[in-house]
Amino acid sequence: MTDDALKFEYDISGENFASAGEATMRIKKELRSLGFSPTLIRRCSVAMYEGEINMVIHANGGVATVLVYPDAIEIILEDHGPGIPDINLAMQEGYSTAPDAIRSFGFGAGMGLPNMKKYTDEMRIESELNKGTTVYMKINAE
Amino acid sequence: MKFEQIRQILNAQVLCCEEIMEDEASTEAYASDMMSDVLAFVTDQTVLLTGLVNEQVIRTAAMLDMHCIIIVRGKQPTPGMIQLARQNGIAMLTTGFNLFESCGKLYSSGMREGG
Repeated sequence: MTDDALKFEYDISGENFASAGEATMRIKKELRSLGFSPTLIRRCSVAMYEGEINMVIHANGGVATVLVYPDAIEIILEDHGPGIPDINLAMQEGYSTAPDAIRSFGFGAGMGLPNMKKYTDEMRIESELNKGTTVYMKINAE
Repeated sequence: MKFEQIRQILNAQVLCCEEIMEDEASTEAYASDMMSDVLAFVTDQTVLLTGLVNEQVIRTAAMLDMHCIIIVRGKQPTPGMIQLARQNGIAMLTTGFNLFESCGKLYSSGMREGG
């Protein structure tokens, strides 16, 4: 399925929370230059940005792969962090295990995963404790 | 309403992108210190009011294609934040009014909640 897709890959550094979101800013520019609609770009940006923030907070970074098709964008976020013990619980609005320091940056309110689901057409989480987490998201062009 | 009118209402200082001050601004604003809430509830290009001062405020605004961030309570962003805002074409203003007062003044002038 990846034959006809444009592929972008970004290393997400887990060292500095202030730089979280840089990969999303880059893909936003790429999507804009490819001529996608502002609405689609905004949905992709918010979903990936929240994912990037999560990877920095919880997993010491990881890799973001974005596959761009003419009619859809796929975002795959892979980390080698601690994993998510209870995905259903993590998906609940307001549930957060982020450290207090993160709240001073305006995140950690338990809205990240629900936001990612809200802005995407498909979202799937695969997680294994002490191995890592992969989040797969798909946004269809309208 | 133009961005310049918003600046006057809040007696604000423009920190970057002065060139857009004569452009028409959104008539909608959203106020929060929680960037996740901003990402969750803002659906259109609005003006963002916040007391939070860090790079993620700029990135949040950029993700949502916002054109204007108003920092309240007289807080001063770092040069790095101002540069990031400028790179993204986002006008950043700082006002001495607190969040409640700032929202009240803009509401009285006809702005409404965006989201």
